[in-house]
Formats: sequence, C-alpha cells, structure tokens
Amino acid sequence: MAAESNLKNMALCLTLVCLFCSAVLAAVYVVTKDPIERANANILKESIGLVLPPGGDLSEERPLEVGGLPSVYYVSSSAGTPAAYAIQSSTVGFSGPLTLMVGITADGKIYNTSVLSHSETPGLGAKCATDEPFMTQFEGFDPAEKILAVKKDGGDLDAITASTITSRAYALAIQNALAAFQTIKGE
Amino acid sequence: MNKLQLFTKGIVKENPIFVLLLGLCPTLATTTSAINGMSMGLATLFVLVLSNMAISAIAPRVPDKVHIPVYIVVIATFVTVLQFVMQAWTPVIYKTLGLFIPLIVVNCIVLGRAEAFANQNGIIDSALDGLGQGMGFTFSLTVLGLVREVLGSGSVFGLKFISGDGILAFVMAPGAFLCLGYLMVLFNKFLKK
Repeated sequence: MAAESNLKNMALCLTLVCLFCSAVLAAVYVVTKDPIERANANILKESIGLVLPPGGDLSEERPLEVGGLPSVYYVSSSAGTPAAYAIQSSTVGFSGPLTLMVGITADGKIYNTSVLSHSETPGLGAKCATDEPFMTQFEGFDPAEKILAVKKDGGDLDAITASTITSRAYALAIQNALAAFQTIKGE
Repeated sequence: MNKLQLFTKGIVKENPIFVLLLGLCPTLATTTSAINGMSMGLATLFVLVLSNMAISAIAPRVPDKVHIPVYIVVIATFVTVLQFVMQAWTPVIYKTLGLFIPLIVVNCIVLGRAEAFANQNGIIDSALDGLGQGMGFTFSLTVLGLVREVLGSGSVFGLKFISGDGILAFVMAPGAFLCLGYLMVLFNKFLKK
C-alpha cells in the first residue's frame, strides 16, 4: 500500500529520491569523466589529422577569433616554418551550431575540412559529415579561383540535396576560417 | 499471465509502436536509417528495464500525490547515466542521436510502463515487462528505419546498393508517417489472423 500523502511523507520521499539519484549521477560522472574527455580529445585529434597535410609538428592550441566568436587554431610546421593551419570555426546550421575544423595551407588554399559537431537533420543536413561528393569538393579548394558559396547564391559549390541552409552554413564557416587565416598571416 | 507472456506481449500483442501507438516522436524522428532506429530502440530498452525495476522496488513507499515527480526523477537519472556512458564509449552513436537521448525522459512508453505496470508488480515481472516492451520498440524502430533507409537512401544498414540518392521524401518527415502507417496496417493484418 502506498504511504499516506501528507506533507511530511511527500517531502521526505522526494528529498530521499533526489538525494539518492544525485549520488548515483555523481558516481557515474566521476567514472565516465576521463573516458568522455578521451573520446572528445580523440575526435579532435582525428579531425586535425584529417585536415592537415601529413607530417609536420603540431603546435598546442592557440586562441583566435573566428567569425566574431572565440575559437582556437593549431599550426603544423615543417622545419620551423608554418606549413598549414587547422582552424576551428562555428556557425549556425539548420537546427543548431555547426562546428568545423578547416585546414588551410600556408598559400591560402584549403587542404581539407571536417565536421567536429553538428545537430543537422539526420538523412538530410547531417550528410555534411558523411556525403563524399559534398565533402571532397573542399579538398584543395582555392578561394582565389573559385567562389566559396553554393550555386544558388552564385558560387561554385554543389549544395547537399534539400539542405541548402546546412550547405550555406558550411561555406560560411570556411569563409570565416579563411578570414581568420588572413588575420594570423597578417600578424 | 506467465513469465513468458509478460515478455512476449510487449513484442507482439501490445507492441508499443504498431499496436499502442506510444512514443511516436522519437520513432518518427530517429528512424532515418536502420542503425539509428536500432540504437534509439536499444537506448530506450536500457532505460525502460532499469526504470521499471527501480520503480517497482520503490513504488510501495511513494506517497500517491508525488508519484509522478518521483518516477520522472528516477527515469531522468537513468537517462543521464545512459548519456554519460554513450558519450564515453560510443561517441559516434551519441553524436547521431544527440538530442533524442535526453528526450527519452519524456517518452510516454517509459512513464506509461511505470504507471501501468511497474508500480503494481514485482521487480522480476517489471524487468520482463520492460524487456518485452523495449524489444518491441527496438524491433519496430529497426524495421521502420530499414524500410525508410532502403527507399530513401538506397542502402541497408549503411551499405549502399544503388548509387546516388533514393526517394528523398522517405528520409524526411512525410515519409516517416507514410511508412509507419503502412507498416501498422501490415502488422495489424497479420495480428488479426
């Protein structure tokens, strides 16, 4: 039989249940904290490796403002001279922030891009992280020769089918990264 | 009702999707591919079994007027545990399902089973009930995901069998409703026999 619903019982029951649940969560948090950090660091390391030319010494993360937001970048140098930059760049996609890692070589060309996190529609905008034809068009993209915008906006990029907003956000994130790259070069 | 029936009724006779029509929001939203549907189903199964067991254990001591908040706290705890675990060991699946994992808290199957079954039955019966309902949910989501993936993306569990896109509408919301409707018709046709 359920306990009587008087104030004392109700307060006691809720307090005990909440206390116990918080304790369980705290315990699980402590146990999973390191694995989560490791998993996130792995994702970051993988995407940096993906967008920079192989070889070269990778620097520590450095702060940078990209598209008006605080962000970070990494420099890969060979024999002391910076050869390429991996710039983290965030924009707003169709249903939330879209964060990219953009690799730019010292001559201002894009080496490759990779999606760090997104919340786009599965099967549509989410293809920006998996769709080969969409992603490969950024490899070796030279902003001096082509226009970094989807064809609908008069650019040279093929958008993902039925996901123009995501594709635009993707292009904007790269544009912001390129602008930030100019700032780094100017220093 | 014997133990086996407790388990199987969730899969066939009281299938949460095709018969009871519960939890349709994650069903429609996450079944863009078979693997997504299956992951979502398994995540819900995990929460369902554990919350059913915990609730059947504490139900006799919970005052009636606060039973809903107490159940929600218990369910939310298991969901958060699941979130931590998935972030740590299956970050890729966590990334795909993202928002829909925390939303398991408000999945009406989980609260529904707590209200309709777990609070009046023993721990083992409740675990079996949760397992059955969870399997039924996983089965339905996988089938729905598979059908939508075959029609919409031309692939099976991520393996493409045609080049290019499928019928895009099936990946989007209208396709989800259509597929679900037809699958429901089929399921109920065979069930009636």
